[in-house]
Amino acid sequence: MSGFSVTEPSIRQKWIAGLLVITYAVVSLMPLLWIIATGFKSPEDSIAYPPKVVFQPTLEGYVNLFTTQTRITPNMIATLPEPSTWYEQIVRDKNMVIAGPSRYVQRLTNSMIIGFGSTFLSIFLGTLAAYAFSRFKVPIKDDLLFFILSTRMMPPIAVAIPIFLMYRQLGLSDTHFGMILLYTAVNLSLSVWLLKGFIDEIPLEYEEAALIDGYTRFQAFYKVVLPQAATGIASTAIFCLIFAWNEYAFAVLLTSGQAQTAPPFIPTIIGVGGQDWPAVAAGATIFLLPVMIFTIFLRKHLLRGITFGAVRK
Amino acid sequence: MSGKAVDGIAKATPPNIAKKITGLSDRAIAWIFVAPTIFLLLAINIFPLMWTIWLSFTNFRVNRMNAVVKWTGLRNYERILSDPDIWQTMQATAHFLFWTLFLQVLIGFALAYLINKKFKGNDLWTTLIVLPMMLSPAVVGNFWTFLYQPQIGLFNYVVGFFSGLDPSSFSMIGSVDLAPWSIVIVDTWMWTPFVMLICLAGLRSIPESIYEAAECDRASKWRQFWTITIPMVLPFLMLAVLFRGIENFKMFDLVVQLTGGGPGSITELTSINLKREAFEKWRTGYASAYAVILFVTIFGLASIYVKALNKVKER
Repeated sequence: MSGFSVTEPSIRQKWIAGLLVITYAVVSLMPLLWIIATGFKSPEDSIAYPPKVVFQPTLEGYVNLFTTQTRITPNMIATLPEPSTWYEQIVRDKNMVIAGPSRYVQRLTNSMIIGFGSTFLSIFLGTLAAYAFSRFKVPIKDDLLFFILSTRMMPPIAVAIPIFLMYRQLGLSDTHFGMILLYTAVNLSLSVWLLKGFIDEIPLEYEEAALIDGYTRFQAFYKVVLPQAATGIASTAIFCLIFAWNEYAFAVLLTSGQAQTAPPFIPTIIGVGGQDWPAVAAGATIFLLPVMIFTIFLRKHLLRGITFGAVRK
Repeated sequence: MSGKAVDGIAKATPPNIAKKITGLSDRAIAWIFVAPTIFLLLAINIFPLMWTIWLSFTNFRVNRMNAVVKWTGLRNYERILSDPDIWQTMQATAHFLFWTLFLQVLIGFALAYLINKKFKGNDLWTTLIVLPMMLSPAVVGNFWTFLYQPQIGLFNYVVGFFSGLDPSSFSMIGSVDLAPWSIVIVDTWMWTPFVMLICLAGLRSIPESIYEAAECDRASKWRQFWTITIPMVLPFLMLAVLFRGIENFKMFDLVVQLTGGGPGSITELTSINLKREAFEKWRTGYASAYAVILFVTIFGLASIYVKALNKVKER
C-alpha cells in the first residue's frame, strides 16, 4: 500500500461502489445488447415468449433489411434455377424472391454525406471563429459568443417552418447541400465554444515566436496553432459528426426522398405481415454500432468534451 | 488576456511594416475569421426566427400559398393562451420535465459519487454507462416500442419476472396511466449519464485539502458530505439541470418515435403538439405564434435560472 491518505476510500468502499456501478452499467446496456441480438434472430424467435436469450443465429434480418422481396407461388419457384448465393437461399426458404435492393444503403449514404459534410464545414468555420475569439480583440466579443450559444436554445420545430419555406424558395429542400448547411448552423455553437476552449489552452508564446521568426499571421495559425489544437479539433469533430448522424427532427420535416437520412427511415422498415423486428434491429445495429465503437475507443477525448461546456463556463 | 501580447507586438511595429509582415491587419483577419460563422447563424437561425415572429401575426397557411395573407394582430396568441388543449400539453411537458430531471439528478449524482471512489476499471464502466446518450434518440425510441410490447417485450418480461405480474397484463405505451412514465423511463435511461458526467467533473474539482482540513477538525463523514461535497457540486449539478431542462423542454425525436404523443394526447409534449399544428394541420400562422411562445418561455426560464445559478456560484 502506498502512503496513508484520509481521502482515499477504503477497499471495502471501493468494492461496494464498483459492484453498484457495474450493476447499473449491465442493466442499462441490456436494451442495447437486445437490439444487437434481435438483429440475428429469425422473426419467430424475435417475438417468442418468454424472450429467447439462446437462439439459432440467422442473417435473415440483415437480408430483409437490404433487399425488397416478393412472394411467389410454389409452381413459379419450381421454374426458377437454384439460388446461387446464401442470401438468395435464405429468401427462397421463405418462398420468396429478391426483387431488388432496399433503400437502406441509400439512406445510410445520405447520412454519411450529410454527416461528414456538415462536420467538415462546422469545424472549418468553427476553428476560424474560435481562433479569432481566442486571440484577437473582437468588438462586442462577449455578446457575439453569447449570441452563438443562444442559438442552441431554439426548438428545432420552431425554426423549421420558415426554414421549410426558405428552402423551398431557394430550391434547397430535400437536398444534401441544404441539410449540410442546416446541421452546420446547429453545430457551430458547439464547435466554436469547444474549440475556443482548446485554443485558449495553447500557450501564446509559440505563436509569438513564430511571428518574430517572420511568419505571417496565417502561417502562424496554419503551422503552429492548428497542429497544437489537432486533438481538440478531432474530438470536436466527433461531436459534430455524432449530432448530425443522430439528428431526426429536421431530417423528418425537411427531407423526403432524395436526401433523407437513416434515422427517419429506420422506423419505417416494415416486413411482410407485421413489423419485421429483426430487420429493424439490424438497421438500428448498423446505424448505432459505429457510434458505440467510437465512444469506447475515443473515450478519453469524448468524456472531456461532454463536460467541457459545463466546466469551462 | 491572450490578445494583449500580440497587440503589443503589433503596436510596436510601424503600421506600414506590420502590413508587409503580416499581409493583413489583425483586425481584418479577426473579421474574416468570424464573419462566415456569424453570417451562417444569421441566415439559418436569426432570419427564420424573425420570419416566425412575423408569421405569428398573420393567418398564413403553407398549404394555401396563393391565399391573401391577412395581418391578424395578436389573435393567434389569444387563441393559443385560451385553448385548453395547449394547457393539457403543458401539463404533460411539466410532468415529463419534473420527473426526468428529478430521477436523472438523483441517479446521476449517486453514480458519479460511486465512480469517484476510484475502484479498478472505473473509466471503462463509465464509458459503457455513457453509451445510451451517444445514440440516435429516434432510432432508440423506436426500438423501445419493441421492448415495451406487452407479450413479447423484454421490459415487460423483466418487470413481470421480478414483480410476479403477468407481462401481458400491462402495456407501457398503450395505457393512459403508464404512457407518461414510459417516456420518463426511456429519457432517464438515456440521459442520466450526462448528469453523471457533469457531477463527476464537479466531484473531481474539489481539492483534497478541504477534506483533509475537515478530517483534522474531526468532522464526521456525514457532515463532510453535506457541508463540503454537496455545496461544491451544486453549481455543476445546476448546470446539468439547465442543459437537460432546455433539451427536455424541446423534446421531440425520442417521444415522437416512442408514443407518438399517444394514447390520445396523453404524452403529447409541446414540440409534438407544435409539429402537429404546423406540419399536419398546416396552421402556419397559429403554429408560429405557438413557436414564439415556446421560445420565449424557454429563454425566460433559462435566464431566471442562470441568475439563480450565478448566485449559487458566488457563495
